[in-house]
Amino acid sequence: MNCRVISYLFVAVTIMFSTTALAAAPIKIGGLFAVTGPAAFLGEPERNTANMVVDEINKAGGVKGHKLELVVYDTAGDATKAVQLTTKLIKDDKVVAIIGPSTTGETMAVIPVAEKLQVPLISCSAGSKITDPVKKWIFKTAQNDSLAVGRIYEYLQKSKQTNVAILSVSDGFGASGREQLKAQAAKYGIKIVSDDTYGPKDTDMTVQLTKIRGSHVQAIICWGTNPGPAVIAKNARQLDIKTPIFMSHGVSSKKFIELAGEAAEGIKIPSGKVVVADQLSNSDHQKKSLMSFVKDYQKHYKTEGDHFGGHAWDAVMLIKNAVEKGADSPQSIRDNLEKTRGFAGIGGTFNYSPQDHAGLGKDAFVLVEVKNKDWVVVK
Amino acid sequence: MSLSLLSRGEMQFDQLLQYTLSGLSTGAIYALIGIGFSIIYNATGIINFAQGEFVMLGGLFTLTCLDLLKLPIWAAVPCAVVASTVAGLLFERLAIRPLKAPTPINLVIITIGGSILIRGLAMLAWGKDTHSIPSFSGDDPIAIGGATILPQHLWILAITVIIIIINKYYFYYTISGKAMRACAYNRRAAGLVGIDVRRMVLFSFLISSAMGAMAGIIVAPLTMTAYDVGVMLGLKGFCAAIIGGMSSGMATVVGGLLLGILESLGAGLISSGYKDAIAFIILLLILFIRPQGLFGKADSERV
Repeated sequence: MNCRVISYLFVAVTIMFSTTALAAAPIKIGGLFAVTGPAAFLGEPERNTANMVVDEINKAGGVKGHKLELVVYDTAGDATKAVQLTTKLIKDDKVVAIIGPSTTGETMAVIPVAEKLQVPLISCSAGSKITDPVKKWIFKTAQNDSLAVGRIYEYLQKSKQTNVAILSVSDGFGASGREQLKAQAAKYGIKIVSDDTYGPKDTDMTVQLTKIRGSHVQAIICWGTNPGPAVIAKNARQLDIKTPIFMSHGVSSKKFIELAGEAAEGIKIPSGKVVVADQLSNSDHQKKSLMSFVKDYQKHYKTEGDHFGGHAWDAVMLIKNAVEKGADSPQSIRDNLEKTRGFAGIGGTFNYSPQDHAGLGKDAFVLVEVKNKDWVVVK
Repeated sequence: MSLSLLSRGEMQFDQLLQYTLSGLSTGAIYALIGIGFSIIYNATGIINFAQGEFVMLGGLFTLTCLDLLKLPIWAAVPCAVVASTVAGLLFERLAIRPLKAPTPINLVIITIGGSILIRGLAMLAWGKDTHSIPSFSGDDPIAIGGATILPQHLWILAITVIIIIINKYYFYYTISGKAMRACAYNRRAAGLVGIDVRRMVLFSFLISSAMGAMAGIIVAPLTMTAYDVGVMLGLKGFCAAIIGGMSSGMATVVGGLLLGILESLGAGLISSGYKDAIAFIILLLILFIRPQGLFGKADSERV
């Protein structure tokens, strides 16, 4: 009797193992997102999106018979932690590719690790120095700050508003934007008349704006992420400043309009197309991807998908496409990633090449304006 | 030439007026938070580093009352103050009172731990997003000379003045206020004449968490609120209290206003990059040169 039970068990176990052996091994992807901490507004939508997309791919049967398996860790926006977790993902979890981290600082810190251990990494952060100069194993999906600055300056040049004031937040995002604003000004014939900053936790910017008002500029460019820009919008309304205000893609979501309320009206920003997905013409290559992302995110998380989540969407899809073309090892995924051409994602249309691991062109950004509590494309 | 000089002078004056008004309204908030610090310091001898978290709780509870319970603003504000005060009392009961060896360093570390805990819980309850709260009475700017302020600024100044008056009345004309002052002078002697010192400690947490919450509520329409706004506001309030020599009276109020005005003048006339540095340089200077506060005599009355 006992013998029989054991033999049944034996058979059962054998069958279990053999079935897993029959199905193709899952492809393990690592995710490093700043889900908590100061950059949580980036990390949270990124993690949500990555989970959502991977689930959907698996539900549809995986990629070429392989299921995808996503291992996500929270870096809390901490570069040291990000480095440790990268090593963990590669050495313990044996992932074949990594998505993230969420911030430029973290990404710069983990680049040496990914390069040394030779695993492709698709960063979700924007800093241009991540892929400039090109590093063999490092790609990114977030649009460069320089593209956003270019969009604003192009518009200003066209409308002959050449004297500008800049007001940037004193953190990594603001510093990088400020650098780009200053670097590109001459190229577009823009003169920066006043250059001010504010702290990420500041609650009143009337002082900076009063100073800017005194300098009689034709446009104010503010570079920061919520809530600072919303405070600035409110303060500008309080001071009755009529000068056109431009902000960065850091506030490109409905959240900004909700926070700034009335004061948001008329503010223009360069933005990924995701906030105006439904206004795009059907001929736009990205429309299909954008609509499916926006709808899915709404369905899963009851809030609107923003372009931060879009960075993770693009990264998962890029890896999926690479696997579809027959890659399953870090080396082959990297090689296939580099061959990506004309992939219409959320951030823009990606064209990677051995010389370009950022992959996006100027068309990644459109200039949008707040009208009647919604983003509208500026014609 | 003279005309352009004149208009330039006028413009400078308008700017200065705006800087001062902006500074006054931020300063009033620092003052309210600062008084909260001093009240607890005087009753217990500790710096309650969780003070900033009550500022945050005030704003977020108001949000809940408005959005979830659909209360009108005049009802939401008292509800939020009560809820934050209850949180303050729980904090005293659960974290401060049970301590076996209440040395100042233990207590300070407990308040820091408490503040991290409260912030974490708030993050779970309200999420990581920033939230906005509608102004009490509209957003139409009011012009004063060449400067403009919002109706909410008037609310801030008015409520601050009212709270300070109530505070003064409480400490000088009520039995429990006098008992609390007695504790501030000498806890041991106060205990010997029959004052329940532990109850006074509980009272001090009650008053300061209510004041902190009120401060958080009246600024929220201007500055918006999130689970982590308490840290910086708490530190600035602490600066105000230090400038005022940890007095729970006018000295801290003046300290707060001074800090607010210096910050905004510094940002306007020197550079906005140094705004926070100005506050902390003042803090260090005061601690080095006049540790008894800007207005205090070496052994001053602290209440």
